[in-house]
Amino acid sequence: MKNFKLITLALITLLFTNACSNDDDATPPPVNEEEIITTITVTLTPNGGGTAITLKTQDLDGDGPNLPVTTVSGDLAANTTYNGRIELLNETEDPAEDITEEVEEESNEHQFFYTVSSSLNLTTAYTNFDDNGNPLGTAFTITSGAASTGVLTFTLRHEPIKPNTRLSDAGGETDIETSFNVTIQ
Amino acid sequence: MRVFILLFLLISSNFIISQNCNNTITGKVLDLHDNTILVDARIVVLEINKQLLTNESGGFTISGLCNQTYTIEISHAFCLPKTYKIELISSIEKVFLLEHHLEELNEIILEGKTNNDSETSLENKITKEELEKSSSKSLGDVLNSISGISSLNTGNTIVKPVINGLHSSRVVILNDGIRLEDQDWGAEHAPNLDINAIDNITVIKGASALQYSGNAIGGIVITETAKAPVKDSIYGKTIVTAASNGRGGTTTTQLTKTYKSGWYGNIQGTIKRFGDFNAPDYNLSNTGVYERSLSVRGGINRFRSGLEASYSLYKMETGILRASHLGGAQDQIRAINNLEPLFVDDFTYNINSPKQDVEHHILKLKGFKKFEKLGKLDFKYSFQQNNRLEFDVRRGDDRDKPSLDLKLNTHTLLLDLDSKLSETANLKLGLTGQYQTNFADPSTGIRRLIPDYSEYNTGLYAILEKQINNQFIFELGARLDYTYLDALKFYRTSFWEDRGYDSTFQDIVVEEFGNQILVNPKLNFYNPSATAGISYNFKEDFKLLFNYSLASRAPNPSELFSEGLHHSASRIELGGLEFKSETAHKFSFTLQHDSDRIRFTINPYINLISDFIVIEPIEVQQTIRGNFQVWEYRQTNARLMGVDIDGEIKLNDYFKYNHQFSIIKGKDITKKDALINMPAASTRNAIAYTNKKLNNLNLRLQSEYVFRQNEFPDNNFEVFVPETETLEIVDVSTPPDAYHLLGFNSSIDYKLSKKSILTIGFGVSNIFNTNYRNYLNRLRYYANDLGRDYSINLKINY
Repeated sequence: MKNFKLITLALITLLFTNACSNDDDATPPPVNEEEIITTITVTLTPNGGGTAITLKTQDLDGDGPNLPVTTVSGDLAANTTYNGRIELLNETEDPAEDITEEVEEESNEHQFFYTVSSSLNLTTAYTNFDDNGNPLGTAFTITSGAASTGVLTFTLRHEPIKPNTRLSDAGGETDIETSFNVTIQ
Repeated sequence: MRVFILLFLLISSNFIISQNCNNTITGKVLDLHDNTILVDARIVVLEINKQLLTNESGGFTISGLCNQTYTIEISHAFCLPKTYKIELISSIEKVFLLEHHLEELNEIILEGKTNNDSETSLENKITKEELEKSSSKSLGDVLNSISGISSLNTGNTIVKPVINGLHSSRVVILNDGIRLEDQDWGAEHAPNLDINAIDNITVIKGASALQYSGNAIGGIVITETAKAPVKDSIYGKTIVTAASNGRGGTTTTQLTKTYKSGWYGNIQGTIKRFGDFNAPDYNLSNTGVYERSLSVRGGINRFRSGLEASYSLYKMETGILRASHLGGAQDQIRAINNLEPLFVDDFTYNINSPKQDVEHHILKLKGFKKFEKLGKLDFKYSFQQNNRLEFDVRRGDDRDKPSLDLKLNTHTLLLDLDSKLSETANLKLGLTGQYQTNFADPSTGIRRLIPDYSEYNTGLYAILEKQINNQFIFELGARLDYTYLDALKFYRTSFWEDRGYDSTFQDIVVEEFGNQILVNPKLNFYNPSATAGISYNFKEDFKLLFNYSLASRAPNPSELFSEGLHHSASRIELGGLEFKSETAHKFSFTLQHDSDRIRFTINPYINLISDFIVIEPIEVQQTIRGNFQVWEYRQTNARLMGVDIDGEIKLNDYFKYNHQFSIIKGKDITKKDALINMPAASTRNAIAYTNKKLNNLNLRLQSEYVFRQNEFPDNNFEVFVPETETLEIVDVSTPPDAYHLLGFNSSIDYKLSKKSILTIGFGVSNIFNTNYRNYLNRLRYYANDLGRDYSINLKINY
């Protein structure tokens, strides 16, 4: 009988603790996406000085309905080499979080790819590499050729197959894919 | 003096004998559980050493009994003998109740017919033997063997049952009397249930079993555990299964102790471990599974009352094919166009991200009491907790953090009364109450997929069953459910405004946080359901069943609140706050024949569903991560029509031939287009050889042919691929080709001792190592299905 009472008591306690645990009326905190990359800024600085050109895509609502906003600050000069730097930000947080650091820390698991449309007279080369000597690509160079226009696409792959020869055999998951209309004059 | 006494004794004994020995006992022997007549029950009157058997109506008469106390022993096969002391002073009529119980533990027989959940709709059963043979399979795999049931898979370890084309929230799973509350809305959420912990399964295709639920538009899966016998005994079983594909196996064991007083206790546990499975030509990387389950129960089982308390824990960690983890549409094109998965690694037992880690606890208390006039009263209370963690491939500090962390708590209370109104009429009444809370842990660093909510639900039902004559049974039922949902949901402000919710739902806004907005929807749903049916027996072994059921289902949290990227599907999914309940009208006919040589059932049906909630693609959305297809939930009118056929022919004493065929056509009537994800037509044919004399040898060869689904909506879309500078089609619609699989199964029994039997089983599935993909496997875009698999199954009963 004593046991029975104990069991009943235990059951009732359990019932109540469970029933009450979620009863507090406090509003839940919002979740700010920690990993999301909202902004990519590519800064192209001409070798030997001059005005840097920035290519920027910003998608503040992530996979929400608003379209990403893409801006290109100016045209590239012909036959010039530019040092390129990529900066990734999460602007849903305040202050904005720099995701570039994370990507560079995990260099073995990331790689940027640059896709140049056939009409655009331009070549790219990696200038930073991961721990195994495979390309990482947050730093790179662009060498422009004759005047032309076309599309330059930046793709960031997470956990690609490394080494690879190009985007199509790299596998992995796309974290960034953004295209810019570029003019060389 | 001595002579005198002797004389006196003689006279007096004569006097006693001659006193009054014209008494008669007129008795009837019935089963205590359901008052069925027990024919051929043995009656022994010890004092006069008289034996007789009950007649066809369970009756017996013993005459020539004197005014004294008699000891009457009554016994019957599958019953515990019972002894009555009866003091006679005149003739009496008495009903004797026996508890019709399972005699041998190795042969748990379900006494069919009497305990049906619905008299007028077809019930499909899966026996204990079949469950034991499939010890390492999932619930979905086992149900797959029933005609008309297929499965929606995510790989081969996440298997959701699909009943007559419907799944998820439209299929109710009852786990030993209580509805399993395990976030069943998600297409990649498999039922959290260990089949080794149950003893039989009944499936009702449709919502006609209203005592359980009114919203089972697809159907109900009822799992039950065997009742403990009322006698002093201890018994158990252990099953060990090993399989080549996945290089793993399952061990399950259970032990039951029972007492004549009615007390019993049972403990059961299972461990299942598999590494990467393989397709015929490659390893399916990261598809391993690690499952553990434990259950304990104990209680007392008396003739007229019973009480049981139980606790069970189910834990499952399962990998999701690495190659299926993708970014946007461009990744999808690559994956779909490649014949082999883009990520294939060596075999391993490790389970990495993406993966699911789910834990389900059930605490239950149930009891019953039988009242002479009122009937049987059942009481059940349960507390369930489901904790679902999903891990994606993440970056930086978030690497080991789950992307989804949901905790669903459910309290359920059920009261059921089953009373016999007369010899031919039966009334079931019931009341249910449920309180559920969902908590989405914000520390995942990813916006909540399912918001925090509380849900209250109450239901009320009545079912009348009336036997009109020997041929007709009539069934009528009604049920009403009320659901109140109180949620706290964060929307992206951009979505909130894009949808126009800022004007239609402006009064539910609680607070604004930057680009997010917190709202507090409070939703009410009233869901009526009903059923009516007739069962008609003719020509002895034919039966015709007709059943109409009306079911209605409130939209689930996923349909209401989805808003964002669904990672495992590489698509953006959008729900609708304005959704109302969907309503289904299902008409089902069954022709059943059951004779010694031939058995078959033919079951055509039509299910008309208004406000059917479907998800379909509407556009392609551009994001910084590339393009994603947007799928939006929408309400429409649908019609599902099909037929399920089952047949069995006994060729001779040893050989049996089995046949199954199912076809279903699903149509969106409003849009005049095929419904997505309708199972393709399929047929199964098997030849089985059984020889009881030869150690119960069983051999079975089975062929399964799945046709190509030719009716499907075209949801393909085009995206620009910068590399090739071309527009390419993302083919997410075209179903895979038809395929044929051959399987073999065998088993043989050895008696180890008087009480223990060893059963050895051997099987091969996909004998020809055929490459195939199934339309209802969500990973069919990325990899082939399973290759050949050898398995061994050892079972010891002791």
